[in-house]
Amino acid sequence: MERIPILKIGSFLLVSIQVDMHDRLAMSLQDDLTAQIVKTRAKGVLIDISSLELVDSFIGRTLGNIAAMSRILDAQTVLVGMQPAVAITLVELGMSLPGVQTALNVDKGLALLQSAIEEGDHGAGDGY
Amino acid sequence: MPATATESLPIGSSDDVVLVRQRVRELAIMLGFRLVDQTKLVTAASELARNTLTHGRGGGVQIIPLLDGPKKGLRLIFEDQGPGIPDIARALTDGFTTGGGLGLGLGGSKRLCNEFSVESEPGRGTRVMIARWA
Repeated sequence: MERIPILKIGSFLLVSIQVDMHDRLAMSLQDDLTAQIVKTRAKGVLIDISSLELVDSFIGRTLGNIAAMSRILDAQTVLVGMQPAVAITLVELGMSLPGVQTALNVDKGLALLQSAIEEGDHGAGDGY
Repeated sequence: MPATATESLPIGSSDDVVLVRQRVRELAIMLGFRLVDQTKLVTAASELARNTLTHGRGGGVQIIPLLDGPKKGLRLIFEDQGPGIPDIARALTDGFTTGGGLGLGLGGSKRLCNEFSVESEPGRGTRVMIARWA
């Protein structure tokens, strides 16, 4: 079966969605990614959707679920590279992806994850 | 295939939903839709094709190029013989769902298109028509 590859970079996971996602593929990405977060103890997940020409409510909901699930598994998700036409359409559809962090590209997304994790480390030290 | 004749595509699986949106995208490009308009129409088509699949238990779509007016456009008619929609006004409300989704499909598709109509008879099926101009 077709799968979306998940790459490990340091303590992060990178997923680049390059195909028109059918519903089963979106569901299997959700399953694979949560399994990989636990297995690799990743602290952050970057999802690159710059090749994605369409995000409908099903794909949007799956991306929101991935962000929520990874948060519970102690990893942060950043969605990067959304095309402007996709952003316009998503908002008009009624879906503004609350709870999902976004960045313009992979570089900015990595920087966002890095700073969030460093902040988290400092935060954990407070009060000792 | 040129964008002149009406085409019919079946909707019986989630792969069919992908094929419908790919064909709608191709035709929209041929008819000169700008990228944002293509994306809105294809997204609406994806929502409605999924409704046909999950709520209508499968069906089909007719894709009709609109070439006669001053502007070119595409009309899509989704039909199923499923259980139908008892209360269309309620089904158009954002957040109302019976399928476990977000309830954005029908109302969201209406916002993404220039023309929209729903006809449904409980027990007989549902017919949703949308059109968007290039």
